[in-house]
Amino acid sequence: MRVLKFLLQKEFRQIFRDPSIFRVLFIAPIAQLIILPLAANYQIKNINLSVVDHDHSQYSQVLIHKIVSSGYFRLKDYSGTFQQALQSIESEKTDLVLEIPNHFQRDLIRNNKADLFVAANAINGIKAGLGSAYMQQIIQNYNQTVRTKWIQFPRFNPQPIIDVEYSNWYNPNMNYPYFMVPGILVMLLTIIGSNFAALNIVKEKELGTIEQINVSPIKKTYFILGKLIPFWILALVVLTAGLLIAWLVYGIIPLGHYITIYIFSAIYLLAILGLGLLLSTYAQTQQQSFLVAFFLIMIFNLMSGLFTPIESMPHWAQVITWFNPVSYFIEVMRMVILKGSGLADIKNQIFAVIGFAVFFNGWAILNYRKRN
Amino acid sequence: MTQFLIFVKKEFLHIWRDRRTLFILIWMPIVQIILYGFALTNEVKNANIAVFDQSNDASSTTITNEINASRYFKVIKYLHSYDEIGTTFREGKIRLAVIFPPKFQGDLLHNNYAQMQLIADASDPNTANTLTHYATAIIHDYQQSLNQNKDLSYTITTNLRMLYNPELKSSYSFVPGVMALVLMLVCAMMTSIAIVREKELGTMEIILVSPLKPFRIIIAKTIPYLAVSIFNIACILLLSVYVLGVPINGSLVLLVLESILFTFTALAIGILISNAASTQQAAMFTSLLSLFLPTLLFSGFLFPLESMPLPLQIISNLVPAKWFYIIVKSIMIKGLGFAAVWKETLILVGMTLILLGISIRNFKIRLA
Repeated sequence: MRVLKFLLQKEFRQIFRDPSIFRVLFIAPIAQLIILPLAANYQIKNINLSVVDHDHSQYSQVLIHKIVSSGYFRLKDYSGTFQQALQSIESEKTDLVLEIPNHFQRDLIRNNKADLFVAANAINGIKAGLGSAYMQQIIQNYNQTVRTKWIQFPRFNPQPIIDVEYSNWYNPNMNYPYFMVPGILVMLLTIIGSNFAALNIVKEKELGTIEQINVSPIKKTYFILGKLIPFWILALVVLTAGLLIAWLVYGIIPLGHYITIYIFSAIYLLAILGLGLLLSTYAQTQQQSFLVAFFLIMIFNLMSGLFTPIESMPHWAQVITWFNPVSYFIEVMRMVILKGSGLADIKNQIFAVIGFAVFFNGWAILNYRKRN
Repeated sequence: MTQFLIFVKKEFLHIWRDRRTLFILIWMPIVQIILYGFALTNEVKNANIAVFDQSNDASSTTITNEINASRYFKVIKYLHSYDEIGTTFREGKIRLAVIFPPKFQGDLLHNNYAQMQLIADASDPNTANTLTHYATAIIHDYQQSLNQNKDLSYTITTNLRMLYNPELKSSYSFVPGVMALVLMLVCAMMTSIAIVREKELGTMEIILVSPLKPFRIIIAKTIPYLAVSIFNIACILLLSVYVLGVPINGSLVLLVLESILFTFTALAIGILISNAASTQQAAMFTSLLSLFLPTLLFSGFLFPLESMPLPLQIISNLVPAKWFYIIVKSIMIKGLGFAAVWKETLILVGMTLILLGISIRNFKIRLA
């Protein structure tokens, strides 16, 4: 036990002596947590719109006004012809073109029907899909207004109407950072957990100082614990800083208990640190270890449901996510923080992560050799 | 010149010997393209939902079946009380709950007016929005089918055209983005680490006392990574054309030339980082924070730039990947020529020259 105490002392000294590590450990995650949620925003607004109005009627004016005042669109230019509008799409100035044909108003009132043309730059499919959906909704609403103006509806509905009521639970203001911040916090903890401990061991390998530890009577379990514990503690400190920022900057207070978050994070960090250790037992150079960890973490993060929903993935990809510790943590963070889930609700995830922890650490200890 | 070639050979040997690193350098873009192309999509499909049907009549059953039959939803649970809604949401099992009040059909057919409720798990606002949109559309279709015979007057028909990407495949925007990301990563990050490693291990000393000009040393270091990244571009383009079905509509030569230009920008940044960093760990994390994340965030391929706060939009202009992304999109997908991208090209050239200038000026011949 005394040995472990000395090892821990050594590691902490090494960490705090290197200012660049300290910077990376604390300042970088905090900066990221403040900037990332602002940038990582899938919400589509401010779609740049170009309008080609051949009709110049009162009706077309009202429609354009309705679209612009919806808040989703920003009217960039009035083009004379559709060709001109296409050119502004080509040069990325606008995303969507609305063409109102000649005699739009006359057709609508006299012939009972009129056409509108909408063209979207669909290279970014999500933007085009949502943008045109918003557009159609506004046009539909406008259509309804026109109808009520011209048709006197009887007191009772002539046709059956289903009135759909919406409620948005857990995030009624549809605040996007509420969704992203817990996920980004997980991403940061994962990067710290998987990289730092691993790099630390490989650095000793590359610089040759590991020889000195190998010839000493330190048991390999102690050696590994000596590397794990400091980063486990540091990561929990970063988590605390992150939760503090989530509260101060974004006003996010978990609906569930902080204790639930810490219990799960503590187990999760063991798993992810174990993964780092495992990588370090195989890697020879820091470049190698960093790159392998980076590669794995990138795949873990992409396949975790952080940016894109897991249910939308094809079945084979969903199966991969079962073997991804990050996906469990992200799910748990969002459940506890946004929905107030308790330990009983997340017991499956806890068991899964315990499994990962045992597996990675066990393999790492088995694979660690004092001889090269 | 022979000296120089020998140096280049040395660097190639370095990379060649480290098979694990090489393996990842080559597989990273391939895996990314496949993941982005097949696994990752923002489109919502098969979302798990629950139904709380207090009426259990023909109408509510039909609507439930219609919803279940669409590719967006999968009904996984039938609820029997209001309290169950909250519990099911907390367990994280469902994203949407559909609630029919008692006497749904009776109200609908006799009073011509019935209410129902959709409760979405808005912790993910975007998905919640999309799901309620889809569900409402299905319910409206059902309502429409009830009054099929009656003609609606004063109808505006919207004709929709999706330009460049009619099937709305997400790979169309991901492929150019992954190209930018991979080139940045391979060129800038790997070069900076390779240079700093020599510093950390002390071998830089030996190189610096050799008669080779420092600038040549750096060039020799970058050439192997340049080769790897050209190989990567080739892989990405082949995969995207033959596996993902993303076409190259414009000139291939122009696309390759622009990619090489961007590679130079990345290399210049890599050299700059290696000047500043003294340990490999510092170089790695500086590259990660100043290259990888900005490229991911501000190139516009993952997150729409227009939705960001104005200061971030201004910062995005400083990120070379943003301009490269616009160039690749224009050439590859819109099929435009040089005339359309000369401005962006000029910006990249300018950035590269400035970065190279700074990094050559700051290159230290003496170690501390």
